[in-house]
Amino acid sequence: MSGFDKCVSSYAEALEGLEDGMTVLSGGFGLCGIPENLIAEIKRRQTTDLTVVSNNCGVDGFGLGVLLEQRQIRKMIASYVGENALFERQLLDGELEVELTPQGTLAEKLRAGGAGIPAFYTATGYGTPVADGKEAREFAGRHYVLEQAIVGDFAIVKGWKADRFGNVIYRHTAQNFNPLVAAAGKVTVVEVEEIVEPGEIEPGQIHTPGIYVDRLICGSFEKRIEKRTLRG
Amino acid sequence: MALTREQMAQRVARELQDGFYVNLGIGIPTLVANYVPEGMEVMLQSENGLLGMGPYPTEDELDADMINAGKQTVTARIGASIFDSAESFAMIRGGHIDLTVLGAFEVDVQGNIASWMVPGKLVKGMGGAMDLVAGAENIIVTMTHASKDGESKLLERCSLPLTGAGCIRRVLTDLAYLEIKDGAFVLRERAPGVSVEEIVARTAGRLVVPEHVPEMQV
Repeated sequence: MSGFDKCVSSYAEALEGLEDGMTVLSGGFGLCGIPENLIAEIKRRQTTDLTVVSNNCGVDGFGLGVLLEQRQIRKMIASYVGENALFERQLLDGELEVELTPQGTLAEKLRAGGAGIPAFYTATGYGTPVADGKEAREFAGRHYVLEQAIVGDFAIVKGWKADRFGNVIYRHTAQNFNPLVAAAGKVTVVEVEEIVEPGEIEPGQIHTPGIYVDRLICGSFEKRIEKRTLRG
Repeated sequence: MALTREQMAQRVARELQDGFYVNLGIGIPTLVANYVPEGMEVMLQSENGLLGMGPYPTEDELDADMINAGKQTVTARIGASIFDSAESFAMIRGGHIDLTVLGAFEVDVQGNIASWMVPGKLVKGMGGAMDLVAGAENIIVTMTHASKDGESKLLERCSLPLTGAGCIRRVLTDLAYLEIKDGAFVLRERAPGVSVEEIVARTAGRLVVPEHVPEMQV
């Protein structure tokens, strides 16, 4: 018996309780380190009216892009639209509510959300449309904007390896936003490539301690590459 | 002759110093990495969480978990470190990056920069650009001097939504290297074979032309 065992046996169980209108935080940068099977499960569940917080919104046909196609997202909080044609079109048509947020501010909003800090001042975005309607304040002669933290009803996370207690490590740059959203979710669901026994991961190497993790599942991943670039 | 993209990257590379931590944006800035002077060491920061970006991978090294901020597959050099996005922007916002090079749609005489959207037409998003321009002391903007339609991108006042206010001091275009000072562009260097008159004609914002404007060494 272990009260710390976070493993669940199916993706359906992993996202049990996800309802229409909820806020979902997703890890990943572009298609790197995205919880692709959990996203697919949201599609299967047909949950709608979602607010999704993620640096990007996948691409057409993969990652969070599939939830745009199914019109499951009402509002997107992201820093970059980039080459995602459907995202850009839904934004310009006003079909999708979008809160474009500077990448560093987005990361810090999530970090703050997980760390119990309700808001913080940053110089980022001062004097730009991002600061519209927000409190500004001067410190030591410089202007800063008050930005509020983000927390989510669910956080969906892609890790590399975890032990059954939910201690997670990430691989290379697939880390990105994952540990931040992991800490900022009321219910945090992590999918990994490998689950090991507690004690097998060196404690000092753990990126996300199990205290942040509610559910853990092992999946297989396509890991699609967005821009395959090779040395000349 | 206007500078090629490669020549622009070469010119920017002359601003590098040994031991610099540098963030290079997408496009022309990325090319700067190809012109780091022999014997000089710089560490490239990629804001998705990599300090010490190496060259593109070989087929064998290709790894979906190893990308740069432009989403291209990359490698990590010896001495690199990898971290989460909050840590990455802590080093950017905290002023720890020695040089930032990024592109823009428009720059104006007040040091304002616009680079992330054209209302009603195009929305790329700001990505990390707003944090980079707010956090860095030492920024070089690289862009063409004029748009494809011949409209100057060096303006009295930016017409597009801003990325940052009053944060740009140096601009390298395909025609000139300029400093922004006291509400004007100051022409510091001109591209080889480009006349001062041509630069004057293509600069919409107030331009100060010193008595001697040397030709750029590229």
